[in-house]
Amino acid sequence: MRLTELKNHERELYYFQLRIGAAGVAVLIAFGVLFARFVYLQVVQRDYYHTKAEDNRISIVPVAPNRGLILDRNGVVLARNYSAYTLEILTAKVADVERTINELAEVVEIQPRDRSRFRKLLVETRNAESLPIRTRLTDEEVARFAANRYRFPGVEIKARLFRQYPFGELASHVIGYIGRINDKDQERLEELGVEANYRGTDFVGKSGIEGSYQNELHGTTGIEQVEIDAGGRGIRTLSRTPAQSGNDITLALDIKLQEIAENAFAGRRGALVAIEPGTGGVLAFVSKPGFDPNLFVEGIDPQSWAELNNSPDRPLNNRAIAGLYPPGSTFKPYLALAALELGKRKTTQTIFDPGYFEFGGRRFRDDKVGGHGTVDMYKSIVQSCDTYYYVLSNDLGIDAIARSLAPFGFGSRTGIDLDGESVGVLPSPEWKMKRFRKPEQQKWYAGETISIGIGQGYNSYTPMQLAQAMATLAANGAVYKPHLVHYIDNQRTSSRRYLEPELVRRIPLKDENIEFIKQAMAGVNKEGTGARAFAGAQYTSGGKTGTAQVIAIKANEKYNEKNVQERHRDHSLFIAFAPLENPKIALAIVVENGGFGATAAAPIARAVLDYYLLGKVPDPVKPPAGDAADEEEGD
Amino acid sequence: MALDAPHLSLRRLAGRFTGSIDGPLFTLALILVAIGLVTLYSASYEYPARVTGQLANLAVAFTAMWVFAQIPPQTLMRFAVPAYLAGLLLLVAVALFGDIANGARRWLHVGVTRFQPSEMMKIAMPLMLAWYFHRHEATLRTRDFLVAGVLLLVPVLLIAKQPDLGTAVLVMAAGCYVIFFAGLSWKVIAGLAVAGIAGLFPLWGLLHDYQRKRILTLLDPTTDPLGAGYHIIQSTIAVGSGGILGKGWLQGTQTHLEFIPERHTDFIFAVFSEEFGLIGNCVLLLLYLLLIARGLMIAANAPTFFSRLLAGAVTLIFFTYAFVNMGMVSGILPVVGVPLPFVSYGGTALATLFVGIGILMSVHRHRKLVQT
Repeated sequence: MRLTELKNHERELYYFQLRIGAAGVAVLIAFGVLFARFVYLQVVQRDYYHTKAEDNRISIVPVAPNRGLILDRNGVVLARNYSAYTLEILTAKVADVERTINELAEVVEIQPRDRSRFRKLLVETRNAESLPIRTRLTDEEVARFAANRYRFPGVEIKARLFRQYPFGELASHVIGYIGRINDKDQERLEELGVEANYRGTDFVGKSGIEGSYQNELHGTTGIEQVEIDAGGRGIRTLSRTPAQSGNDITLALDIKLQEIAENAFAGRRGALVAIEPGTGGVLAFVSKPGFDPNLFVEGIDPQSWAELNNSPDRPLNNRAIAGLYPPGSTFKPYLALAALELGKRKTTQTIFDPGYFEFGGRRFRDDKVGGHGTVDMYKSIVQSCDTYYYVLSNDLGIDAIARSLAPFGFGSRTGIDLDGESVGVLPSPEWKMKRFRKPEQQKWYAGETISIGIGQGYNSYTPMQLAQAMATLAANGAVYKPHLVHYIDNQRTSSRRYLEPELVRRIPLKDENIEFIKQAMAGVNKEGTGARAFAGAQYTSGGKTGTAQVIAIKANEKYNEKNVQERHRDHSLFIAFAPLENPKIALAIVVENGGFGATAAAPIARAVLDYYLLGKVPDPVKPPAGDAADEEEGD
Repeated sequence: MALDAPHLSLRRLAGRFTGSIDGPLFTLALILVAIGLVTLYSASYEYPARVTGQLANLAVAFTAMWVFAQIPPQTLMRFAVPAYLAGLLLLVAVALFGDIANGARRWLHVGVTRFQPSEMMKIAMPLMLAWYFHRHEATLRTRDFLVAGVLLLVPVLLIAKQPDLGTAVLVMAAGCYVIFFAGLSWKVIAGLAVAGIAGLFPLWGLLHDYQRKRILTLLDPTTDPLGAGYHIIQSTIAVGSGGILGKGWLQGTQTHLEFIPERHTDFIFAVFSEEFGLIGNCVLLLLYLLLIARGLMIAANAPTFFSRLLAGAVTLIFFTYAFVNMGMVSGILPVVGVPLPFVSYGGTALATLFVGIGILMSVHRHRKLVQT
């Protein structure tokens, strides 16, 4: 009994130890599998996982550079940066954006316009990482959001630099504005091959200096290698290539002069460009109405956008370089100069003006009923005699007119450092051939030459071109490329780059001819159409009024301002330079539907010249001159 | 007694304390614990109190080990049924009144502290089955294995229902090891294996969504890189990027950049593996192998059927812990909540493991008492 028990016991133990052995083998196999797996991961695939681990921990973070400042010639800041908190939604990380915004609205104030602006941004910038739902949060709002942060994954408070235009509407067409990089901007940046330098940058200059000097203002994006955790939070910076701020841009423009010029428009539409003859520096550049560029900085809300875009005044249109106007009588001095240069007229040669010029059975009417009588060249300019120029242009012929005036820049881009400049039209048979399709339209008719002489017909120029021509005449035929920027400062190297005056060409003109035209223009301001506006001026100046027809007046019909709708009234123009002997400023002014040049535009020129030459600030804005135009002699 | 020199009685006293301690077993466990502390220090750089916390846990665990090392297997056998029944009862109580944490009902409030009854089943289960087989040692029949199967499955299902897949796996394994060592015929084992694989399909239907997801993402973690696959992807990167020599202590980027979730508990192996590389892994495997070998040796030399089964099962539980944990961290097993034995942070698991060590020591110490 005991024996069998013992035997059983031993057999049992034997079987058990077999099982222990089997378990041992199983353990060895299992550990062998683990070992094989470790070898596979840590030896065979080690490089792959090493790279993955590195990718995991290092994040390349672009550091957006500070945008350069824009200053006026006296160092007054026109565009600057300030830091503010924004509430941004990482659109990729938020499933239901609409719901998130609704929930956010419980924490911070979100206006309907914030929502519509956000939706607009969402459509325009598909590849943006985060978009602001609110900007300029107050400290209290920041604190409130921070306390509720856990509720909003994918929503962040960010401190951002914002562009600010302290002068608001003033010089808005010069300064322009920045806006979020949209798909079109992105494409352009990629075409230029600079998209890498725009990583981390949300904004780009869209118009004005902000747009045309985008490359200078932007600077160089820095790079930070940041070690991050699995949650994407930065732990420490491994290396840092600091961003280089954009260059500061100083304009030739004097903001005080600009302000006086803009105020002088007193709410009327139009444009003014004032240039320094002999350098091409733009001293004032007005396009009215303007707009508040600050509206665009954070992404303009659709309502404001619609207001600006649909306004019949077209405030976003840069009239100074894109607006096209017939020059009217401001064309006459150039025509007279051409006639002198070509030997087609002597200064003393006279015509008799009965009040009209008849050509091909059609009467070209002079503005002055009954005519100016006997008119020589001086009188033709001072009193702005239309008949004189009907005859003259007929004598010169269209080809000679076009050839003589083209060097002044009529009908070609001035090359000013702004985008969106129009070409304008200096009419000629060649131009007409290109412009029209039908053979009967392509033909140049001799009758068309007649109205060219008084700056009407196909004549169509930008105020910029008119100012450029004026500056050229003032500089005795030296054509300088106009430029808004005076110099560019590189913060990093403390170097300053001047935009040197760029002489495009020197028109060969006889001194006595120029001198005569200048004297005639001086006569305009002393005893002619500009005399009223320039009464009592303490400096010498030359000027020429102009009145440009907006709608065609039927032959033999007298234009009556009162019978015409405001928008169909004539444009009022004025060109001027001063002082006479050594011109420091040349300008051109267009006041849309302002009526006679002498009434609306000339007083603006007076205000600008008074300030620029004498430092005289005009009296508080006077109401625009009334309908006293009928008293004036001619235009 | 009064004549004894004081130093003699002291030595005797010390002997009484240390006599029950098995040197190799304790040394191996200590090395593993030391590795655990070193790794834990690295994993909890932002929260050093964890290391001291683990030291406190160790004190409790050592005490538990010592206590169990004192208890002769015969005495332990008497606790088998009460422990099992108590565990079962508590599991039912958890199912009815337990606290829910992380979507699972695992905890039971006992006075001021919370308590996981499933944990005690890891010991109570092999104890119970070993006791049962021991009782029927002479006349083991198929019926006994069936009974054992029922005794095993009831608590396992209760635990799986909580749900706590990790503990369920461990308790199940513990029971199966006892049944295996008790001599379940190879034919039946083979049959069960086939049936088990076939039974996986209906079992699939019983699994919770997250459990299914874990298994599915194991097959292809990249399908859910930010969700269920995240753990596996990141821990595999950690292990793989460690290379042969490792990145060095405290140098693991995956770890220190918080890419590794639960890096001081279930995923501490990823930390260890990243910092100590293949060499470290081999050392760890070797230590576990030696520990298991020592345990199996003790089991093989155990005097009674009960102590054999118990020692064998406890040893293989160590193996299961280690294999399942390293397997899941290195991406060949699904993610189930199983800590790395002796290394992972956590008082309960550590206590359970050292109770196991204590039981092995007790079995070893009493190996000759009954044979005579």
